[in-house]
Amino acid sequence: MKTQIFLTVNGEQHELWVRNDRTLLDALHDDIGLPDVRYGCGEGVCGTCTVLADNEPINACLTFAVQAQDVAIQTLSGLTNASEELHPLQKCFLEHGAAQCGFCTPGMVLTSKVLAQRNPSATRQEIRYELVGNLCRCTGYTKIVDAVEEYFGQVREQASTGGGDR
Amino acid sequence: MSAAAPNSSAFEYQTADCWEEAIKLRALWGEGAKLIAGGQSLVPMINLRLAMPAALIDLNPIVSSGPWLDQGELVIPAMTRHRAVLDSPLVATHFPMLAKAVGLVGNVRVRNRGTIGGSVSHADPTGEIPCVVLAAGGRIVVQGPSGMRSVPADDFFLTYLTTATDLDEVVTEIRLPVAGDQDGWGFDEVTRRFSDFATVEVAVSARSRASEEIPELRVVLGGVADRPLLLGEDILEPFRRLGADPQAIDEVAQNAANSISPESDVHASADYRRRLTQVLTRRSLAQAVGLG
Repeated sequence: MKTQIFLTVNGEQHELWVRNDRTLLDALHDDIGLPDVRYGCGEGVCGTCTVLADNEPINACLTFAVQAQDVAIQTLSGLTNASEELHPLQKCFLEHGAAQCGFCTPGMVLTSKVLAQRNPSATRQEIRYELVGNLCRCTGYTKIVDAVEEYFGQVREQASTGGGDR
Repeated sequence: MSAAAPNSSAFEYQTADCWEEAIKLRALWGEGAKLIAGGQSLVPMINLRLAMPAALIDLNPIVSSGPWLDQGELVIPAMTRHRAVLDSPLVATHFPMLAKAVGLVGNVRVRNRGTIGGSVSHADPTGEIPCVVLAAGGRIVVQGPSGMRSVPADDFFLTYLTTATDLDEVVTEIRLPVAGDQDGWGFDEVTRRFSDFATVEVAVSARSRASEEIPELRVVLGGVADRPLLLGEDILEPFRRLGADPQAIDEVAQNAANSISPESDVHASADYRRRLTQVLTRRSLAQAVGLG
């Protein structure tokens, strides 16, 4: 038996019919067709399925789709509002060689972006703490933290010159 | 051709808006139902088919208004997210041990969804929250069809993933006695990777007593038995004999290590767990009594 649900994803509403045991990850990746939400471990320890629910990172693999109807969901592809341009944080990742195979990148980017909004003066240690549980098997993390630090610097600079909040 | 097999969902899904409704649904579905709070331990079990509930009763619509103080107790509603505990100034002021421990729970995504009531109900013997609640001498408020009762943490954790909550009851609140200015605490753990389950963890609360020089000590070991283990008076005896002194700390740590029979598994041998217990007990005790 399937249940009718409505999910708000990247600002768009989707109507889906899902089994109750379908995870939010299944619904986003398979049903809606978002390749940037990825299956890693299915246990909440790897971070590849990270999405934002009401602007807080959660494990899409540990939430059932039927539970996600009342929140606004944002995935990596929702960061850039359909424009061609990359998000400044994604640019930092490219410049620092922080994305190699790219599998972990959505989780890294989304988690860092939320931290940047809350605490753009986070130290390197605090950035590492926030990224705990986002596993990367390519970069050894150093370049990722470098990229995030660079972006935090940009956010602080923008704040001091009265720029936007991206 | 046989009749079409019923195309049933793996489980029924129901939401509860309040505790009374959760209790009613629990009674309706009986043994096959699981209550789901943050789901950060339950859903991995469902995904791995270790748990196959007939129904999930979702407690997430029950809104938590965050921790508050009530007559010397810090009251934390069961549906309070780890994140809210971590960010709470009340917790930081009145229960720094919990603030430290909750920061070591899972990762940021787990803390955003996971709840204190869920952690306590799940009763993982390596969990930080059960360990701290027991060391604090807290109590767990449960509600059932016949009303509310409060269970001391000492009687709550029975064995692996099993608590004193009856089948028809729900954990609704955690209440911790507020620490005084003179009270000390210590919490330390060793994990294989940051954010992983603790191999061994030790929580200590040291409450000063007006009538005695030696604080009232509660020392809890996690990860070495089927439940968080509160050390008995016999193990803490060196403190009564020697006072709060480095020698007493060493002896208690040695006693603690000798008193347990941890299991060996792929993560750590029993001997290693015993050794960790000794080292972590020593460190946490020293911090708690101000000799750290």
